[in-house]
Amino acid sequence: MLISNMEIVPGKTVVKHLGLVQGSTVRAKHIGRDLMASLKNIVGGELKGYTELLEDARREAVERMTAQAESIGANAVLNVRFSTSSVAQGAAELFAYGTAVVLE
Amino acid sequence: MTGQILNLILFLVLLLVGFIAGRLAESSHYRSIRAREKALAKILVFSERLPPPMHPAPASRLVSGSAVISVDYFKRFVAGLRMIFGGRLGSYETLLDRARREAVLRMKEEAMRKGAIQVCNVKFATCPISSGTKDGVKCVEVLAYGTALIPRR
Repeated sequence: MLISNMEIVPGKTVVKHLGLVQGSTVRAKHIGRDLMASLKNIVGGELKGYTELLEDARREAVERMTAQAESIGANAVLNVRFSTSSVAQGAAELFAYGTAVVLE
Repeated sequence: MTGQILNLILFLVLLLVGFIAGRLAESSHYRSIRAREKALAKILVFSERLPPPMHPAPASRLVSGSAVISVDYFKRFVAGLRMIFGGRLGSYETLLDRARREAVLRMKEEAMRKGAIQVCNVKFATCPISSGTKDGVKCVEVLAYGTALIPRR
């Protein structure tokens, strides 16, 4: 499965367009991490725990999107976009969407 | 009365710790950013929608990098004062600058691991993260993503 955020793939042609596919996940951070983060918040700097958490969540969103694309018989997802929104206090939704296509 | 004095002392200590530790952390982060930017300078990054024509056609892969950076206690306090008068918030500008450059560097590192020479169609997504209470964690996440072009030999 090829994933790209360009509309084309160099050297290949799109033979079939299968429409929008999407994947999303909602994550909350756990209290231990939050506590460490609030301590870290005094001195500033990177919050590694949060970076990892969001990266994991994003990977899962992409996996769900890929699974949906596979189920409809695509072999690539093009023009992929990411968006993040906080649905509740302390929880965030990570959303990935793109166009499923068949490449040749 | 003693409670108020204790609170004041705690506030001043936090301010001092934030000022010293935050300043040290920021300058060391900027040093590391500059060094890595120099090391990764040969990977070109474009926000162009389409890749330049290349022959033979390169392989393409999605690459991304993200960083969550928070601002220290002292800077947050200064920014709070600044909000009264308005104007430039220098302390938040460096926060976003650091987060963005770090995210781009991580994206470039991933591209390098995959053997790419350039990254096209780079997009940024910025999301503020803050939890529950007013004094909760305040930080910002920046995600940079793009398509890495890997030359075929």
